[in-house]
Amino acid sequence: MTLPWLLLFLPLAIAAANQLVLKKTGLAPLVSTASTLATFVIAVLLLGKNETSHFNWATIGDFSINIGLKLDQLSTGMMIVVTGVGLLVHIFSLAYMKEDEAKARYFTGLSLFMFSMTGIVLADNFIMTFMFWELVGLSSYLLIGHWYQKDSAADAAKKAFLCNRVGDFGFMIGILMLWGITGHLAFDSMKGGLESFIAANPAIAGGVLSAAVLCIFCGAIGKSAQLPLHVWLPDAMEGPTPVSALIHAATMVAAGVYMLFRLQFTLGFEHFTALQASTVIAWTGCITALVAALMATQQDDIKKILAYSTLSQLGYMVMAVGLVAGQAGMFHLFTHAWFKALLFLGSGAVIYACHHEQNIWKMGGLLKKMPLTGLTFAIGFAALIAVPFTSGFFSKEQILEAAHHQNPALFWIAALVAVLTPFYMTRLFVVAFLGKTKSENADHAHEVGPLMVGPLVILAVLGLIAGFPFVASKLSPAYVAPEHLIHFGTVTYVSIAALVIGVILGLVLYAGKEKDPVSIPLFKNRFYIDTIYDKGLVRYFQDAFAAIIAFFDELLINGLLVGGLSRAAESFGNIFRKVQSGSLQGYAFCFGLGVLLVVYFTAF
Amino acid sequence: MASLHDYLLVSGLLFAIGLAGVVVRRNIIIVFMCLELMLSAANLSLVAFSRFNPTPNGLPDYQGQMLVFFVITVAAAEVAVGLAIIVALYRARQTIHTDELTSLKG
Repeated sequence: MTLPWLLLFLPLAIAAANQLVLKKTGLAPLVSTASTLATFVIAVLLLGKNETSHFNWATIGDFSINIGLKLDQLSTGMMIVVTGVGLLVHIFSLAYMKEDEAKARYFTGLSLFMFSMTGIVLADNFIMTFMFWELVGLSSYLLIGHWYQKDSAADAAKKAFLCNRVGDFGFMIGILMLWGITGHLAFDSMKGGLESFIAANPAIAGGVLSAAVLCIFCGAIGKSAQLPLHVWLPDAMEGPTPVSALIHAATMVAAGVYMLFRLQFTLGFEHFTALQASTVIAWTGCITALVAALMATQQDDIKKILAYSTLSQLGYMVMAVGLVAGQAGMFHLFTHAWFKALLFLGSGAVIYACHHEQNIWKMGGLLKKMPLTGLTFAIGFAALIAVPFTSGFFSKEQILEAAHHQNPALFWIAALVAVLTPFYMTRLFVVAFLGKTKSENADHAHEVGPLMVGPLVILAVLGLIAGFPFVASKLSPAYVAPEHLIHFGTVTYVSIAALVIGVILGLVLYAGKEKDPVSIPLFKNRFYIDTIYDKGLVRYFQDAFAAIIAFFDELLINGLLVGGLSRAAESFGNIFRKVQSGSLQGYAFCFGLGVLLVVYFTAF
Repeated sequence: MASLHDYLLVSGLLFAIGLAGVVVRRNIIIVFMCLELMLSAANLSLVAFSRFNPTPNGLPDYQGQMLVFFVITVAAAEVAVGLAIIVALYRARQTIHTDELTSLKG
């Protein structure tokens, strides 16, 4: 069991070494990348193992908290995703961040993130999950704000952290409720606890469990950026693009889905099928998928489009979990991690080649200028829009299948999203990669170096094959192999029809266009949700609250406690300073008087 | 012959005059002289005690007189140092008037 512990703590050690020792030597990027390679090798070695080990971390009375690692198909498969994407992103970053001044800090952040994410994935109890949950929030904050000199990056980092905190508060309450219900925090013993609770209180068990699950779902809403806390993810694109690929597309945002699935897996799926909370989760995911896809259709920033598409795909996964078809969700998480990382790294290469131009309307014709990047991007694009026989097709198929079985309304909304996805991605691809170049920066673009293209090619291969049963059954965190590779039925017809409609719509509207022919302010302005938060919540709630706090701070803390004490000391000092007359004879007189008094009291 | 009481009275008087001088005079040299006066008062009482406190063999108790010599010696050294300080003080401040030496005032 030393390997898993090494897997967990190696990145932490590297992060510490980077920050404390290697900062000035310029070795930090290489050391970080090497350590990620090591963790990837360990993850491969551990694949499919089934073990747990833990040590006691804190004991309060008869309540003790463990730090423990749990290896099973779910966690080891997830580790392949985390370390695999992590490794490729590290390699890509070597080139992408070559000219950055704070490379060491960046790679420290990445290593810290790898540590935190490993902790979430391997945790064997909820307290540890929660701790590492917060740690990924921290490392995400550090990496979004990597270019903190830019106000927008600093604000985005803050926003991400605060949004996550809102969700995490619910998560914490949920964990406590679950602890109250089952009496356990470790995953292994929770199921027994839940069953005895249900046996003891059959009448309220469903409601109580629902409430607990909904609270825990709050954590997933924050981390996996579901409505209404999705606002931080598009802003998080202010961070370096490889970070967006690793954290805000492939791994961290999927942690919410992973955690929900882990919960269902732990407590037993049978308890979730008729649960009210599951319906809420499914609908939240579905609406997020739809709203995010609508928003994506009107964005101009290449990374923002991908961010909204991530939101939308996360919505799919959450919906699958809500439908108690978590295997399909985890499968989609698995395939999505590869092709979305591919798309983000591809956009990173494009942005790098175009001198940090992110507006797709200023690109164009990049397929000719950057053939390898363009081609790999096209593969990612195909996987995302679920072209048959790409990885995305298989996983999305399973989710749609589940929706079709259980809830036709959800299925039709999901099908609508399946139209929108090819539509906005075609728009992106046609505008940025085909046609004429639309700006000087794009004119000068040329193919990026091998350190950047390498990861793209590997990810492209995975994006193509990850959905086939021979890969997925080994690597995917959870996977149920279908009976036939493609089962021709309503779902397949609908999804292929959706694909064709979306692509044709995109082509008709956007092929050869110089600027956006469609303008829908509602979608462009993200349904005004950010505006509502800024103008409503922040101004009225936060400012009023700040005024109250400021009043107390000024009057009580500053005026009475701190200021009062200092004023008291000052006035005493002013009294006593009169004694220090500075007159020699005054001192001599006092001295003499003192001697007299001493003599008087000793003699009489 | 004057009694011990008379000597001690004179000694006390000398001491009181000295202390009064130290406290009220503003010229630092006068203050210094008054300080010496106080030392002399102490010396006088020591000698008086020595004279009026005979040992069993009829001789005075010389310990008191010996102490007086020590005091005189130390006082001589002290005068040397003290006057040097006053000279240095005058050079630094151009005054030996205590009212103008108030840099310790809080």
